[in-house]
Amino acid sequence: MNPSDIVSPENLVYRKPELMNDNHMHYCPGCSHGVVHKVIAEVIKELGLQEKCIGVAPVGCAVFAYKYLDIDWQEAAHGRAPALATAIKRLLPDRMVFTYQGDGDLAAIGTAETIHAANRGENIAIIFINNAIYGMTGGQMAPTTLSKMVTSTSPDGRDVQTMGGPLKILDMLALLDGVCLATRVSVHTAAAVKKTRRMVKLAFENAMAGKGTSIVEVVSTCNAGWKMTPAAANDWMVENMFPVYPIGDLKNI
Amino acid sequence: MGKVKGYVVVNTDRCKGCNLCVVSCPTDTLDLQPREVNDRGYHYAYMKSPDDCIGCANCGFVCPEGCITVYRKKRV
Repeated sequence: MNPSDIVSPENLVYRKPELMNDNHMHYCPGCSHGVVHKVIAEVIKELGLQEKCIGVAPVGCAVFAYKYLDIDWQEAAHGRAPALATAIKRLLPDRMVFTYQGDGDLAAIGTAETIHAANRGENIAIIFINNAIYGMTGGQMAPTTLSKMVTSTSPDGRDVQTMGGPLKILDMLALLDGVCLATRVSVHTAAAVKKTRRMVKLAFENAMAGKGTSIVEVVSTCNAGWKMTPAAANDWMVENMFPVYPIGDLKNI
Repeated sequence: MGKVKGYVVVNTDRCKGCNLCVVSCPTDTLDLQPREVNDRGYHYAYMKSPDDCIGCANCGFVCPEGCITVYRKKRV
């Protein structure tokens, strides 16, 4: 069979989502952000929400998310995405509002905004990319950094006695009554990507149904910050991140 | 010989040569170009052994750049 026999629209199995445009992404090769962008684009298309959804971009590597997905975006001050999303959702209640935040944004400077938005049960979806490091600024230690993990600001490894342990913010958020979905997923294999797609879809449906705050934590890699190849970073994540941040639902009502 | 035949089209301008598609491929079909690079200087992915492709689309799902399009057809 020649390639020309196979390459035709009726045989299409997978392609780049329509909502993702052709701009070159600034992410490092192998970065998990690109996969999560694709997942969000696919889910929005599947739910037919492209005219009705508003994303709130964070400060961090994903600050340029608005350049890559052709939906409405708003840029928030560092960590304040849930507060901005609260305002958008309250003023335009028929829109699907989601935030896209990294761990430096959501779990460090934006801890208060995140916890209070979830406590109020705002009808928004939060996509939380946890790579245990500040990727954009050069691999500094984040609250989510694992114990003994070497970063540029903890060159001898994170010492739990003086620097605290990894902040499991999803476990904290799952305790709040306003939260309807708190789940942890990953994007390192095709099966994991499909699971992530199901959970992001559920989160967006919850936001439209007014069930409360949905948080989807994507345990992901920062191969540049971790100083590894993308494939080695995935293996390192499975070995070291998953015991601390176990995959699965913490709350799903 | 399997019952289905797949084919992968790589957008070579967009590919950053991260190698994740190569690792995810169950039939060892894909590889990075050993010598050629694209405009941005990345060794882009290509089909090393096109006959082995089963069109499972694992490479497409894990590709962070969305530069992989997968086709699949039943053998006649």
